[in-house]
Amino acid sequence: MAKTLSVSAIKNGTVIDHIPAGQALKILRLLNIITHKNRATLGLNLSSKSLGLKDLIKIENRSLTDNEANEITVFAPKATINLIENFEIAKKITTRLPESISGVFNCPNPTCITTIEAIKTHFYLEEYSKQIKLTCKYCEKQFDRDQLV
Amino acid sequence: MSNLLYNSDIISISDLTPEQIQLILTTAAKLKAKPAHNLLHNKIIASCFFEPSTRTRLSFESATLRLGGQIIGFSDAASTSTQKGESLQDSIKIISNYADLIVIRHPREGAARLAADVSDKPVINAGDAANQHPSQALLDLFTIKECQPTLKGLNIALVGDLKYGRTIHSLIQLLALFDMRLFLVAPEALSLPEQFTHFLQKKGIKFSFHQSIEDIIQKVDILYMTRLQQERCSALEQQTLGEHYTLNPAILKKAKASLKILHPLPRVHEIPASVDNTPFAHYFEQAANGVWIRQALLTLLLTQ
Repeated sequence: MAKTLSVSAIKNGTVIDHIPAGQALKILRLLNIITHKNRATLGLNLSSKSLGLKDLIKIENRSLTDNEANEITVFAPKATINLIENFEIAKKITTRLPESISGVFNCPNPTCITTIEAIKTHFYLEEYSKQIKLTCKYCEKQFDRDQLV
Repeated sequence: MSNLLYNSDIISISDLTPEQIQLILTTAAKLKAKPAHNLLHNKIIASCFFEPSTRTRLSFESATLRLGGQIIGFSDAASTSTQKGESLQDSIKIISNYADLIVIRHPREGAARLAADVSDKPVINAGDAANQHPSQALLDLFTIKECQPTLKGLNIALVGDLKYGRTIHSLIQLLALFDMRLFLVAPEALSLPEQFTHFLQKKGIKFSFHQSIEDIIQKVDILYMTRLQQERCSALEQQTLGEHYTLNPAILKKAKASLKILHPLPRVHEIPASVDNTPFAHYFEQAANGVWIRQALLTLLLTQ
């Protein structure tokens, strides 16, 4: 039986694979896809041997920087991120958890100064017992990734 | 030793290196042994207390005046433009033009960090809600160093509201530098937040949880009492801090002769007045040391 692709191939751009199911929309927001206006194709709840269900994103005519790729690991620690040129993989980006992330999450601490002042939030990241922990630069409180929106 | 702190900020203990902490302790000891009078000549300190304070505010102001500096500021946010809706960032930018250094206390966590971000003058955090109170932790360490033969390996009990007590959060980060053994005495609802127990684990510091002072009184060198932070905790949490966390003078008979009791003050019911005249009580000496530590901080931040 002929194998078909759930999400069509792209000529040039970036493919982000092995995203845990449910995280793709957060990554689209992180990458500011709406502002960039590049065509993006989304696969949600695709079957995966390693994850059970996974999401997948293909962004045409945009090559992610290493920093952008690293920020994706906050949502998808095992994502594979490939840059595509002329339908071929031109570069596999090796990701690592970034040291910090700015302006993406709100601080859930109701008494944090960031909830009343017009400032960009900033969180420091670390991995502890296989969990990603984020510490607010301002209130210094630590949160699990899932606590932040 | 060169001045590693000149023109910097004191926001959180986690920002300080062991060398900087040593410099602060050494400078405070020198100022206490031989008081100086004009190190802050021609310097203006802005004392910006958006939340009530007695000891911290007055000891910063006393430290400034005794060193020949001058004080401007306020002790109540109600008398500032905050009431008109001015942002903290705008207030701090403006105050930076009027003073050489800003001391800030604020009811929002992270306010001092934000102030330091927008100010071109050094900022000292004099307490930001339940987060940090670095100058208190430094004076606590200074006091422990004075009243015990060594810092390394001491057995320290931290008692009471370990969840909301900013002094505790700052002090724990400081004590971890000296390989001390910690006994955490608190009800479960007010126990030390997980991020600090993770921190202690990462640093390899031995610690254990206890439900009453009696369990640990024989073992400890320092009994650090705290009050319930009623202004920050829920009614349910307030009920949990019962009499187990109040010092019963009778149990001091079991204590080491060298035990010292500390408290960041103000106390409420945690230490009865009858303890004040025992050789264990050391909290008034501790409060007095606030002036020396704050003189050290002001001097180091403002003079090369």
